[in-house]
Amino acid sequence: MNTKLLAAGLAFLASPALAETPVLTVLTYDSFTPEWGPGPAIEKGFEATCGCDVQYVTAGDGAAVLARLKLEGAQSKADVVLGLDTNLTADATATGLFAPVAAQPNTLPVPFEDANFVPFDWGYFAFVYDNTKLTTPPKSMQELAASDLKIVIEDPRSSTPGLGLLMWVKAVYGDQAAQVWADLADNIVTVTPGWSEAYGMFLEGGADMVLSYTTSPAYHLIAENDASKSAALFDEGHYMQVEVAGKLAASQQPALADAFLAYLAGDEAQAALITTNWMYPAKTPAAGLPKGFETLIQPAKSLLMSAADAQGARGAAIEEWQTALSK
Amino acid sequence: MANRAVQIGPAFWLSLTIAALILGSAAMLALRAESWALAPSDWAALRFTVWQASLSALISAALAIPTARALFRRRFPGRELLIRLLAAPFVLPVVVAVLGILSIFGRQGPLNAALVALGLPPLSIFGLHGVVLAHVFFNLPLATRMLLHGWQAIPSERFRLAQSLGLPASAQFLHVEWPMLRGQIPGILAVVFLICLTSFAVALTLGGGPKSSTLELAIYQALRFEFDLGRAALLATLQFVLCAAVTLASARLTLQQGFAAGLDRPLALRPPRGWRLAGDVLIIVLAAVFLLAPLLAVVVKGLPGLANLPNGLWEATLRSLVIALISAGVATAASLTLALAATRSRFMELAAMLPLAASSLVLGTGLFLALRPFVTPEAVALPVTILVNATLTLPFLVRLLLPEARQLQADYSRLTASLGLPPATVLRYVTLPRLARPLGYGAGLAAALSMGDLGVIALFAGDSGATLPLLVQRLMGAYRMTQAGAAALILVTLSFGLFWAFDRIGSRYADA
Repeated sequence: MNTKLLAAGLAFLASPALAETPVLTVLTYDSFTPEWGPGPAIEKGFEATCGCDVQYVTAGDGAAVLARLKLEGAQSKADVVLGLDTNLTADATATGLFAPVAAQPNTLPVPFEDANFVPFDWGYFAFVYDNTKLTTPPKSMQELAASDLKIVIEDPRSSTPGLGLLMWVKAVYGDQAAQVWADLADNIVTVTPGWSEAYGMFLEGGADMVLSYTTSPAYHLIAENDASKSAALFDEGHYMQVEVAGKLAASQQPALADAFLAYLAGDEAQAALITTNWMYPAKTPAAGLPKGFETLIQPAKSLLMSAADAQGARGAAIEEWQTALSK
Repeated sequence: MANRAVQIGPAFWLSLTIAALILGSAAMLALRAESWALAPSDWAALRFTVWQASLSALISAALAIPTARALFRRRFPGRELLIRLLAAPFVLPVVVAVLGILSIFGRQGPLNAALVALGLPPLSIFGLHGVVLAHVFFNLPLATRMLLHGWQAIPSERFRLAQSLGLPASAQFLHVEWPMLRGQIPGILAVVFLICLTSFAVALTLGGGPKSSTLELAIYQALRFEFDLGRAALLATLQFVLCAAVTLASARLTLQQGFAAGLDRPLALRPPRGWRLAGDVLIIVLAAVFLLAPLLAVVVKGLPGLANLPNGLWEATLRSLVIALISAGVATAASLTLALAATRSRFMELAAMLPLAASSLVLGTGLFLALRPFVTPEAVALPVTILVNATLTLPFLVRLLLPEARQLQADYSRLTASLGLPPATVLRYVTLPRLARPLGYGAGLAAALSMGDLGVIALFAGDSGATLPLLVQRLMGAYRMTQAGAAALILVTLSFGLFWAFDRIGSRYADA
């Protein structure tokens, strides 16, 4: 009896080694992995070729992912970090935790030169609203601030859209940014830790507008056949986001991590990302964008700080934002 | 003498451990704070913390006065039950209450529906008023029970005397009731203020931005959002100093146990009729609706979700039960040891009260900084949560036990000494049976509080490894409200169930 138990125990302990399926751990944000997100399709597609097991670990929104990585440091079990953006890459590189990766071809509207990261999609930040309830949306940040509209935004310390909005206001208004935030303060219903919470709250009727992307209405149009959501076009331009993934230097599976990043930048994953992450692909597939994307607003002017500028501006901009909203 | 040494031994080491844990954490934090310069947003968090705690204390106490007075002088069916229910918020998990409050006062709730129907603009629950509303929900019942005790402690002859002298109601209030209130109110204000100073889960769920961030929340954000260890340490040091100062300042105020049992006595006199009766009815109905509607909403919202339970629910439930049972066991054993020793040593009592100066996030951050070089926070999430919960419930438990432990000491210590009984025999046949009631009650409190706690676990837990309160909070964040409701219903059932079971075991053992 005891020997049987012992044998069973040994077999149990040994089974992972016997199975020999390597595990690739991907640290990402929380809206990547649900059944409606890109996670399952990417996992299935990559596992079909890699002979490995892809496991996701989430840690809130994109900026919280970076905080999580700093917390874990070199002990992190993650092989790949997915979901930072160019506002965070300089800070991420400075941790020394990332390893250089092979560049992948892309069709981004801006040049991308960062040896440590592979871009996988991009988009423009925008305030999304219900066009059946709001007929004349604001045309600028200042118009929004002057209105009675209630908005929900994300925290720039934990969320990449939240940080993007901070950079957006900074890029347009420069030294006047603090004043714009002070004017916006009475429009903000709440500040959520991440995009999922904010978007969920908007859909539940908790606010008139939510900080999201110009591409968000495509989800409602294509997946739900619902044309009631629109993104407000701001004359002053829209800040861009380029989302990236990188490989950790301490990864036990560097070859698998490289293969995953190449897969992520390839046609299959890129096509899946368009209609699961609802962003523009880093490399537009030969077939072009799905029908419905032509209805989306096109910003006349796109704004984006370089990674180094964003890193330099971030700390002061967060402090300015906190101070303006604390009053 | 030998007996005494044996009993003091463990208590001595225990009190040293507590002192090391609390003061060590504080020292750790002070050392790790890289700069002592507070940013404007840190000042804002400090100001908001003090401001919301002051408002919560004042509003809870102000509303408790008419509520307790109405409950004191009226008799009606269900009064006993209502008074019992006033003790419920103390063991109610904060996230569950927040979920209930959101469904009543939130954007989609009946209150805003009524406002919109009347052509008024809807009210937002997020920010200062949401935080204060939730704090009043928790502390109004506590304050009411404390005041009800106060009213019942006034000798009924005084009321009769005042009436036979023909004093008008206002003069009776001024000369009979006001002296009691003047004695009670400062203690109530201090207790509620102190509870609200360390508010985390309420600010996390209802705060809504930098304008309404408490220090506890700012500590969490500095660690989890920015991974700024220096700032987290600075904020935690600030929080510790604040709580320690308030605890010391209020130590002289005599605090009554607002949650003790036994609140019924015959009426001293005929209650006033006319508009005062109408007023009392209105107050009791409003208070009952304010307290019961959110609880009812949790049940109503949670029931349909039970058919479609979220992933990871049972693992989270098991984790929470393990935390609740172990920390209740540890806290009960530690509080018994300290309470028995405290009957002979002021130092032990002081050590037992020391955790009042700390908070969940202060201890959590201290342990986080101490353990991080050696282990990942995720790996120690459960033991740390158990340790912090047991430590923070200790002062309540020792206060519950101390009066009866003193009584026991006075009545039996000579007797047992003259028989020369070994300590184990004394514990088994003398101490435990006589302290069973407060021990059971205290274990119930500790279990329920640990079951529902959402504080330090938020700091340590990773993607997996959530407890039930953390799961409810995450589901709420994801706006999966039916699933959040179902998980909340299970959480509140288990919290109340644990409390009831331990309390019951204690009473049974005492009666046997």
